[in-house]
Amino acid sequence: MTVGKDVSALFPDVVNCMQTDNLELKKLVYLYLMNYAKSQPDMAIMAVNTFVKDCEDPNPLIRALAVRTMGCIRVDKITEYLCEPLRKCLKDEDPYVRKTAAVCVAKLHDINAQLVEDQGFLDTLKDLISDSNPMVVANAVAALSEIAESHPSSNLLDLNPQSINKLLTALNECTEWGQIFILDCLANYMPKDDREAQSICERVTPRLSHANSAVVLSAVKVLMKFMEMLSKDLDYYGTLLKKLAPPLVTLLSAEPELQYVALRNINLIVQKRPEILKHEMKVFFVKYNDPIYVKLEKLDIMIRLASQANIAQVLAELKEYATEVDVDFVRKAVRAIGRCAIKVEQSAERCVSTLLDLIQTKVNYVVQEAIVVIKDIFRKYPNKYESVIATLCENLDSLDEPEARAAMIWIVGEYAERIDNADELLESFLEGFHDESTQVQLQLLTAIVKLFLKKPTETQELVQQVLSLATQDSDNPDLRDRGYIYWRLLSTDPVAAKEVVLVEKPLISEETDLIEPTLLDELICYIGTLASVYHKPPSAFVEGSRGIVHKSLPPRTGSSESAESPDAAPSGAPPSEQPAVIPTQGDLLGDLLNLDLGPPVSGPPVATSSVQMGAVDLLGGGLDSLMGGTGFTAPSAVMPANLGPPPSGGLGDLFDLAGGVGTLSGSHVAPKTVWLPAMKAKGLEISGTFSRQVGAISMDLLLTNKALQVMSDFAIQFNRNSFGLAPAAPLQIHAPLAPNQTVEISLPLNTVGSVMKMDPLNNLQVAVKNNIDVFYFSTLYPLHILFVEDGKMERQMFLATWKDIPNENEAQFQIKDCPLSADAVSSKLQGSNIFTVAKRNVEGQDMLYQSLKLTNGIWVLAELRIQPGSPSFTLSLKCRAPEVSQYVYQAYETILKN
Amino acid sequence: MIHSLFLINCSGDIFLEKHWKSVVSQSVCDYFFEAQEKAADVENVPPVISTPHHYLISIYREKIFFVSVIQTEVPPLFVIEFLHRVADTFQDYFGECSETAIKDNVVIVYELLEEMLDNGFPLATESNILKELIKPPTILRSVVNSITGSSNMGETLPTGQLSNIPWRRAVVKYTNNEAYFDVIEEIDAIIDKSGSTVFAEIQGVIDSCIKLSGMPDLSLSFMNPRLLDDVSFHPCIRFKRWESERVLSFIPPDGNFRLISYRVSSQNLVAIPVYVKHIISFKENSSSGRFDVTIGPKQNMGKTVEGVIVTVHMPKAVLNMNLTSTQGSYTFDPVLKVLTWDIGKITPQKLPNLKGIVNLQSGAPKPEENPSLNVQFKIQQLAISGLKVNRLDMFGEKYKPFKGVKYITKAGKFQVRT
Repeated sequence: MTVGKDVSALFPDVVNCMQTDNLELKKLVYLYLMNYAKSQPDMAIMAVNTFVKDCEDPNPLIRALAVRTMGCIRVDKITEYLCEPLRKCLKDEDPYVRKTAAVCVAKLHDINAQLVEDQGFLDTLKDLISDSNPMVVANAVAALSEIAESHPSSNLLDLNPQSINKLLTALNECTEWGQIFILDCLANYMPKDDREAQSICERVTPRLSHANSAVVLSAVKVLMKFMEMLSKDLDYYGTLLKKLAPPLVTLLSAEPELQYVALRNINLIVQKRPEILKHEMKVFFVKYNDPIYVKLEKLDIMIRLASQANIAQVLAELKEYATEVDVDFVRKAVRAIGRCAIKVEQSAERCVSTLLDLIQTKVNYVVQEAIVVIKDIFRKYPNKYESVIATLCENLDSLDEPEARAAMIWIVGEYAERIDNADELLESFLEGFHDESTQVQLQLLTAIVKLFLKKPTETQELVQQVLSLATQDSDNPDLRDRGYIYWRLLSTDPVAAKEVVLVEKPLISEETDLIEPTLLDELICYIGTLASVYHKPPSAFVEGSRGIVHKSLPPRTGSSESAESPDAAPSGAPPSEQPAVIPTQGDLLGDLLNLDLGPPVSGPPVATSSVQMGAVDLLGGGLDSLMGGTGFTAPSAVMPANLGPPPSGGLGDLFDLAGGVGTLSGSHVAPKTVWLPAMKAKGLEISGTFSRQVGAISMDLLLTNKALQVMSDFAIQFNRNSFGLAPAAPLQIHAPLAPNQTVEISLPLNTVGSVMKMDPLNNLQVAVKNNIDVFYFSTLYPLHILFVEDGKMERQMFLATWKDIPNENEAQFQIKDCPLSADAVSSKLQGSNIFTVAKRNVEGQDMLYQSLKLTNGIWVLAELRIQPGSPSFTLSLKCRAPEVSQYVYQAYETILKN
Repeated sequence: MIHSLFLINCSGDIFLEKHWKSVVSQSVCDYFFEAQEKAADVENVPPVISTPHHYLISIYREKIFFVSVIQTEVPPLFVIEFLHRVADTFQDYFGECSETAIKDNVVIVYELLEEMLDNGFPLATESNILKELIKPPTILRSVVNSITGSSNMGETLPTGQLSNIPWRRAVVKYTNNEAYFDVIEEIDAIIDKSGSTVFAEIQGVIDSCIKLSGMPDLSLSFMNPRLLDDVSFHPCIRFKRWESERVLSFIPPDGNFRLISYRVSSQNLVAIPVYVKHIISFKENSSSGRFDVTIGPKQNMGKTVEGVIVTVHMPKAVLNMNLTSTQGSYTFDPVLKVLTWDIGKITPQKLPNLKGIVNLQSGAPKPEENPSLNVQFKIQQLAISGLKVNRLDMFGEKYKPFKGVKYITKAGKFQVRT
């Protein structure tokens, strides 16, 4: 059985032995049953009686063993018999039996989830969280977590301060494994304020001294997550930072497998909070007998921690590593030297000389790797280290890897005017053009064109040769296209060609392969899990990732910043100048005549057919007739009488909808303001706001009937507007609105309507119709509802685009009185789909580079300059459609100040 | 949680499998073998491997791979810690954690695995509890069992599993009551070419062997507890007392266990007890090189450095070595290219030296890499960090125990670069 032999034929004989009093024999029989019950379900039934009997044995050990074994037998018929004994065992007087039964619920759920729910085991399990025995609590938490994983929506573990308190108490007393379950469960809790977060942190900190590394890492996760809520000026924050370093370092003295997992996690922690380990560089130094997977991880962290203070040490180490045996490791070490040069400007010189030393060793792969990184250094510090080119050229012949060849060709092309025999060098590469990889071919083409533009007289022949090779003899479309482009450029306008090809290149960014901040924040919530080892969110790789809940770090609620929840947002900030910019109703009417009221897409049958008729009539006739001023006397007047009782289900739905809106997290939502006062609309008052939640724009309306008669038959229509906003569904108000009644409704919007440029740009003209009349009003929507979720631009792309947009399109604004830190700003804006592409600190100022995209595909790039200590920010916006800048600025201001 | 466990030996045979949930086919291990093939060395097999439907988390101990199969998101450290615990338990039960020991005791192994994990959740991992449930095999017991027909299985409920101190059995009785503490410190260090220290730290542990009757409550205090700034405790230690008074207060488990492990970080100066003088050079365009290594004591506080062994991984191009040593014996493994020089005790009057000629493959280029020297040594009766136990007090029991403390310093990962 243990070695893969099939002994299922012995089933009846084994079952006969079951009724023994010998505990060992009993255990072995149980073991056998677990293995073979599945293949012989009918026979297994014979064992049920004994199980049920054993569940009532006076010896708790046997009771627990029986219930444990029954849970492992994955046969439906047996499962049915399990329920009663299990129920008894969950309430057993002996904690050992209770804790075994708790796990059994999870087993049963795995076999038959419906049964567990029907039998109410989940509630019993929840009760066990308050059990007096910590072991039982831990197992109940473990079982619930496992069940919750397959039912993300079930909200099984909804934690409140009381249950948290119980868990924290149990944490001190249960076994190491139980502590892991409890800590992982705690990490999912969202404390309501920073005080609660701090008190949880205080009670979790002792776990950092546990001998079990999994406990330590789970504790680190809880602390890293809740730390986010603590204010940075707090003394406790500093203490906590100091306490985190030693346990992390200790993890590195454990077995290599543990080290590896720890290092992958430290990699994340270092990116999120570099201050924790900045003094611990030395522990990441590589020992020659570390396994290769540990070595590579250590190297990565060393580069992340490299700073001006420790660069000398780091370089000395890296140079040492470059002479090791392991080729992969040596390559990475050489590459690391280049990354140090790019990261720490002061060390660039030393890095370059180290690289030159390495090139002198003439070890083939070292030389190639060094040339690749020197190319990057040239990109970062142009015209500074050209003296080394001569040394590089000496090694031309030994290069056999495409990346190194391409790098070398790039260098030759870029500095062609300083290399006397550049043409010869490139010509030698050209001889085997067709054997090269695409990367090298493309680079060679560009380099020769550069050379030609720099020394046109001597190289005409060469350039013709390469162009014909690229365009005529190549199957590669990239190469061919690039060839043609150059050819045409050169033949039509060599000056333009010069401008294009020899343009000054944007500098490369200093930090390479950082994890994107949003992903990083998510991964911080997954410290200690597989996700942290793969540096991918669980949704990206976990089998059957049905509805994995994305976790996010809690918002910081320091003393200086206000909470971000929409309910708590102070009122008064929304655009108050609204009336001034809205055209008078008279103008509006004209525009609205163009309205094209189509029939509601799929309006639910509101009431009787006469109502439908009315609607059709209204829409069919169009608004032209209405506007004639003849008064709208369509069937609506008689309608209230015809209306049946309101469909109650619909109303319920509506409230659900409204309730959902408030709790979902999304971009900033301004409080509702009155759009249409009751006196202008025969008693109908409309107030509303716009919101954007998970990619969907909606208009949240509050309709109040302040007249004395019932209102019904609501419909809504928008005029054409700048971004094509249009209702995505008809306005559904199922019940007539009684006097003094208010109804809240969220109207989904889309942006596929017809477009007309409005002035102001974000003006929206709306017509609302009811049984009394048609009313018109206009409102301004905040632009940020149009910021789409995929508005994050690649760093390189951002740089290129920024340069590309002419300076006339740049607009500068001041945002005053906004005392937020750069990180808080960044996370706040992120909520409204303004993404921070990069962050830089220039002369003590924080510069945030941000991008956003509008629904119509317009990109807006922003540079936000934050002076620490000063509450004013400078916002520079660049966009190909400069007219939106003003409104983007307003959006920024609204988001940041709420 | 943990789905299945496979034990695989170095030649790639799966010699034991255990499933805690549904059965997972052995074929899942193919992914592991694939990764093993890719890695040059057995030690270099990555510990976490993903397959289309499962994740394989493995550890390598005593020439056995413990490969666990998991299906959902779990903390990998949890799994790795657990696997090490399994290996520790085998070691504890059978004296060694080898393939033969496991095969010889397959029934006990199975019983243990069943007891340690339930549905993937750890159940009983404390050696005390396990030993109550399943008695470890001894020669005497197997003789008795074969005569009387009784079994290894304990008949009683393991009481410790329910109490708040799961690590201790309820009724313990000894005629000689003893408590021994071993303070063991290992020096991890990297020394560069010129002899200066690149990195050094001390990893210390206090291993205890406590054989005391009843429920003793011990407190252990140090002369200089400030040295310990980074400590990991056995669960039995009361954290609050340590925080406030820097005293280790605990009700000990019965038998052998690790009380604390600690790290004396690189901020404090670490005394390096030996120095190494070395010349290892290869001549350009000739198939030979020079090898000359001398080792000597320094800063050993008057204690003798003993058990000294130097190992060197020579470059691939080295064929053999002709050396003479003034002390100890050396061997060179021409397959693995490992030179081992077993010196023994160092006497400061006559420093051990090993020198001679290195023969390279003819025609091979001069090796680029510089071999590192790995040094092992031992110093009895010395804790290099200076840590000293002050006193041990016992409360809760009447008798007078016999107490003892032993100090030892060893080389951990002690490397000298050349």
